[in-house]
Amino acid sequence: MSSPSTQFATSRRMGIYEPVHQISMWAEPFKADCSPNTGTSTIIEVDTKMDKSEDTSQGTIGSSKKYDQEANKPPDKVLRRLAQNREAARKSRLRKKAYVQQLESSRLKLTQLEQELERLRQQGVYIGGSFDTSHLGLSGTVNTGTDAFEMEYGHWVEEQSRQVNELRTALQAHVTDIDLRLLVDSGMNHYYDLFRMKATAAKADVFYLISGMWRTSAERFFLWIGGFRPSELLKVLTPQLDPLTEQQVVDVYNLQQSSQQAEDALSQGLLKLQQTLSETLASDTVVAGSYMSQMTTAMGKLEALVSFVNQADHLRQQTLLQMSRILTTRQAARGLLALGDYFQRLRALSSLWAARPCEPA
Amino acid sequence: MEKVMRLAAEKGVVIFSKSSCCMCYAVKILFHELGVNPIVHEIDQDPEGKEMERALCRLGCNAPVPAVFIGGKLVGSTNEVMSLHLGGSLIPLLRPYQTLV
Repeated sequence: MSSPSTQFATSRRMGIYEPVHQISMWAEPFKADCSPNTGTSTIIEVDTKMDKSEDTSQGTIGSSKKYDQEANKPPDKVLRRLAQNREAARKSRLRKKAYVQQLESSRLKLTQLEQELERLRQQGVYIGGSFDTSHLGLSGTVNTGTDAFEMEYGHWVEEQSRQVNELRTALQAHVTDIDLRLLVDSGMNHYYDLFRMKATAAKADVFYLISGMWRTSAERFFLWIGGFRPSELLKVLTPQLDPLTEQQVVDVYNLQQSSQQAEDALSQGLLKLQQTLSETLASDTVVAGSYMSQMTTAMGKLEALVSFVNQADHLRQQTLLQMSRILTTRQAARGLLALGDYFQRLRALSSLWAARPCEPA
Repeated sequence: MEKVMRLAAEKGVVIFSKSSCCMCYAVKILFHELGVNPIVHEIDQDPEGKEMERALCRLGCNAPVPAVFIGGKLVGSTNEVMSLHLGGSLIPLLRPYQTLV
């Protein structure tokens, strides 16, 4: 029994887990050929001999049994798992690389911010509260406002998916209008919940909200003041609501027009805000009065940004409300389903895009 | 307060605004888009501005500016104007005063 024991000892020392290697090791003392069948039978023979022996290294027997099970699998499955392991390792290395890169750029940003802070302190500007660094999350103070929002939004998306599936089932099952109405109302309220959440988050960190970092990449492509453009969503929805009555067609068109006009007005107001903020910061301190008053004026401008985000969400809410008045219950249900599916597809697209195979840097 | 009420009673669309307020600017843009030339009072440029601001707050608007009056009646602030517009009720109110087409 010495030679199999030596095999055990060798495998433990080497500590490798490649079953292919194990097969050849096991097969050697019995001079088996390379075909899987003979390999298997010889291995089993070895195993039974081991069981009967007084060998106390139970652990190694157990682990070698595992290797045997690996060796018993047809080679193509083994090869596939090896390929998967390689792929997983490669992905892990890429993730690590990305993480390290992010850390390094964060470190650089931190140094820059510390220098800026020191400069401002020397100029006598009061630096108080959480020093916001948005999505880099560098500041010592944890920005609990945005963290809480991100978590809440995650739950919101899950609930959204659940509701969308419920709507789909209900529409296919042809439930009564009363039951459908309940689902429609929940759907509407769910969107209103989101706007409430966003209002709170806007007070905590408006830049985070308008950056859209809390949304997936494809959704961000359509970003307008912290969310979707209501008029664009109407264009997405309307074809899927057929058949509409003539009056409904007119009403939806008017709603789209009004929303577009309101959106344009808000966009122009925001441009004006950018201009005035830029002018405030660009003007010479002598003209502005003092560095302090310049900063105070600028801070006031930023407060206005919060009201723009709130107005944009108000527009979204009003659009939903008006649509629910124009449409029948069944149409509203189909509309909510179409909307939910649209967002889900955008999210799925974002994931696919993120996972697409890239040329290594 | 009397000054506010007197100015508000002017015929047409009256907006109380501040020259520095960008939301007021957005509301003005919207009215222009709808073919209306509103009468704008910049209260930050008015000597009685502070009192006017207090009066507007007392009228119940969540923000003193922009404060919109149509035909002497208080419509509200940005929220109310937007809601009315999306509901299709703003244009009928403006019809008598649409000058720019």
